[in-house]
Amino acid sequence: MSKKVKAAIIGPGNIGTDLLMKAMRSEVIEPVWMVGVVPDSPGLERAREMGLKTTAEGVDGMLPSMREDGVQICFDATSAYVHAENSRKVNAQGAVMIDLTPAAIGPFCVPTVNLAEAVAAQAMNVNMVTCGGQATIPMVAAVSRVQPVSYAEIVATVSSKSAGPGTRKNIDEFTRTTATGIEKVGGAASGKAIIIINPAEPPLIMRDTIHCLTVDEPDQDAIARSVQEMIREVQQYVPGYILKNGPVFDGKRVSIYMEVEGLGDFLPKYAGNLDIMTAAALRTGEMYATEILAGNFSPVAA
Amino acid sequence: MNLKGKKVTVHDMCLRDGMHPKQHQISVEQMVTIASAMDEAGIPLIEVTHGDGLGGASVNYGFPAASDEEYLKAVCKAVKHTKVSALLLPGIGTIDHLKMAVDCGTIRVATHCTEADVSEQHLTMAASIKGLDTVGFLMMAHMIGPEELVAQLKLMEDYGANCVYITDSAGYMLPDDVSARVALARAELRPETELGFHGHHNLAMGIANSLAAVEAGANRIDGSLAGLGAGAGNTPLEVFLAVCDRMGVETGVDLFKAMDIAEDLIVPMMDHLVRVDRDSLTLGWAGVYSSFLLFAKRSAQKYGLSSRDILVELGRRRTVGGQEDMIEDLALDMAKERGAA
Repeated sequence: MSKKVKAAIIGPGNIGTDLLMKAMRSEVIEPVWMVGVVPDSPGLERAREMGLKTTAEGVDGMLPSMREDGVQICFDATSAYVHAENSRKVNAQGAVMIDLTPAAIGPFCVPTVNLAEAVAAQAMNVNMVTCGGQATIPMVAAVSRVQPVSYAEIVATVSSKSAGPGTRKNIDEFTRTTATGIEKVGGAASGKAIIIINPAEPPLIMRDTIHCLTVDEPDQDAIARSVQEMIREVQQYVPGYILKNGPVFDGKRVSIYMEVEGLGDFLPKYAGNLDIMTAAALRTGEMYATEILAGNFSPVAA
Repeated sequence: MNLKGKKVTVHDMCLRDGMHPKQHQISVEQMVTIASAMDEAGIPLIEVTHGDGLGGASVNYGFPAASDEEYLKAVCKAVKHTKVSALLLPGIGTIDHLKMAVDCGTIRVATHCTEADVSEQHLTMAASIKGLDTVGFLMMAHMIGPEELVAQLKLMEDYGANCVYITDSAGYMLPDDVSARVALARAELRPETELGFHGHHNLAMGIANSLAAVEAGANRIDGSLAGLGAGAGNTPLEVFLAVCDRMGVETGVDLFKAMDIAEDLIVPMMDHLVRVDRDSLTLGWAGVYSSFLLFAKRSAQKYGLSSRDILVELGRRRTVGGQEDMIEDLALDMAKERGAA
C-alpha cells in the first residue's frame, strides 16, 4: 500500500518509543513527528535517527507546521495532567487524538470490543482506558455478549519494573478507570479492578485474572467458545495474549486466567501491560487511518 | 533481655486479620461485642475492616458479612477509650474508601515491602488531616534486607506517616531478622516517628519476634487475642501481654480481662482452631503470605493436590500479598502436569 496517514507521537518515553517502533511497521500509518519536552532526551534522538521531525518544545513546537506536514492522527503518551491541553491543540489543527494517558476525556476504546463504534461515531478523542483494561475488558465482553454479567472483577499483576512513576503516583486512577471501563465497555453491571505490583526477578510476565458473576447459570459451552474467539481477535495485535487456565465455572462464577507477553519492540517482553497499550493504540490509529484513506472520515478542527 | 520500664502500645488484629480465618464472616454484632470487651480491658488500639483492608470485598478475597462502613460505624460507636484503625492496601482500595474511614482515628496504608511509593497519595492525604494517626505498613518485610527496607520506610515517613511498621506477613522471620531491621530503622528514622512490628505465628516466633522488636526500638506491637489472624494467626496477644507483665514492660492492658476475651469470646467463634499446623507451618517455612492458607487448602481439595505443595511453589515463585488469584491458576497448572505425568 503506497498511501499512508501521517501521525505524530507526543511523549518520547518508553511507551512513545515502543509505539514508534510498532508504527514504523504499519501499512496505513506513517509516523512523521515525535514531540518531547527535554532537548537531549534519548527518545527524541532515537526518533530523529529514524527520520522523524522532532521538537522539545512540546505540542506547541509542532503546531505551526503539523497541518502542512499532513498530520491527521496524534498519539498522546505523556500524562493525564497535560493531555486535555494537548488534545485541544491538535484537534484544532484537524487531527484525531488517541489518548494513552489516564485522562479519559474522550470515550473509552478497547479495539476488539468497541473500536468500530468509536470510529463510526467519528470521535476526535478516544481513550485507551488502562493497561489492565486493555488486557481484561475483552474477556469481560466475551462473557457479557453471551449472557448478562452482574459483576466483573479483574486482578492485574504486573512486574515492579514495568510500573512507571505515573502509575505509582496515582494508582487509584488505575483501579477507578479500569472499573469504569469494565462496566461501560465490558458490559458488566458493576465492575471492580485490583492491581498488584510484584518485584520478583526475573520480572514476571503480566498476569490477569478475570472473574465474572453471571445473572443466570453460565452457558459453559457458549462462554468457552466466545472467550476463544475473543482471544484470537486480541492476538491479531498482541500475539502473546495467552489463556493460561479456564474458563473455570463454579456456580455463577466464571474465572479466566490470562498471561500477556509483549512483542519486545522497545519494552521488554515481560511488560505485556505496556505492550498491550501501545499495540491497542496503534490498532485504533490504524482503524482511523483506514477510514480516512477510504474517504469515509475526514477529521476536522473541533 | 532487659525491657523493664519500656512502654508498648498494643494493637489488636482480631477484627481485621482475624477476618481471614473467618472468611470475612464476622458479624457486626460480634464485632461490637468483642470491641466493647477490648475497650473494657484497656486495649488501646484495634483494627477493623475486611481482612484485605478497605475495599477488600471481592471475588478474589471474599465478600464480607457487612461493609467496611457498617463495621467501622458500629465499632467506633461502641468503644469509649479504645481507638479504632482501618487498613488500606493501595491497588485494592482507593482514597475514597480512606475518606470514609478517617473519622475512626488511625489509618494504616500497606504496600509490599519494595513498593512504598504507591502509598504516596494515600499517606499524604491522611497526614493532611489534623490529628489523624497515619501509619505506613510494609508487608512481607522478610523479602528484603534491612538497608533496602529502611529506605522504603523512610519514603513512608516522608509522605507523612507518623508511625511505620515492619510486617512479617509470612511469619518467616526469626528474632535476629527482626532485630536487624528494627534497630536499623530506629537509628535512621526521625526520633519522633513511631516504629511498629506486626508478626505472624507460623513458626511460633510471634512472642520472641515481638520482644526482639521492642528491644531494638519498636513501640507498637500488633497481635490478636487467641491469635485470631491469617495463617497460624498473629502474635497471640494475651500471651504477649503476660510476658510483658513478667518483664516489666508497660502496656496498660488488664491481663486477666484480655485472657477472658481470648478464651470466652474469640476461641468459641473460630471456624477452625487457628494454630501451627502443617500448612501454616509451611507458610512460615517457605515465606508465603499468611492469608493464602485457606485458598491453598480449598484449591488442593478441589483439584486433588497437596496444599503444602501449592504453598511451597507459591513461595518459590516469590508471590506477594494480594495474589490470591494465582492460587487456583497454579493449582490448575499442577493438576494438568500431574495428569500428563
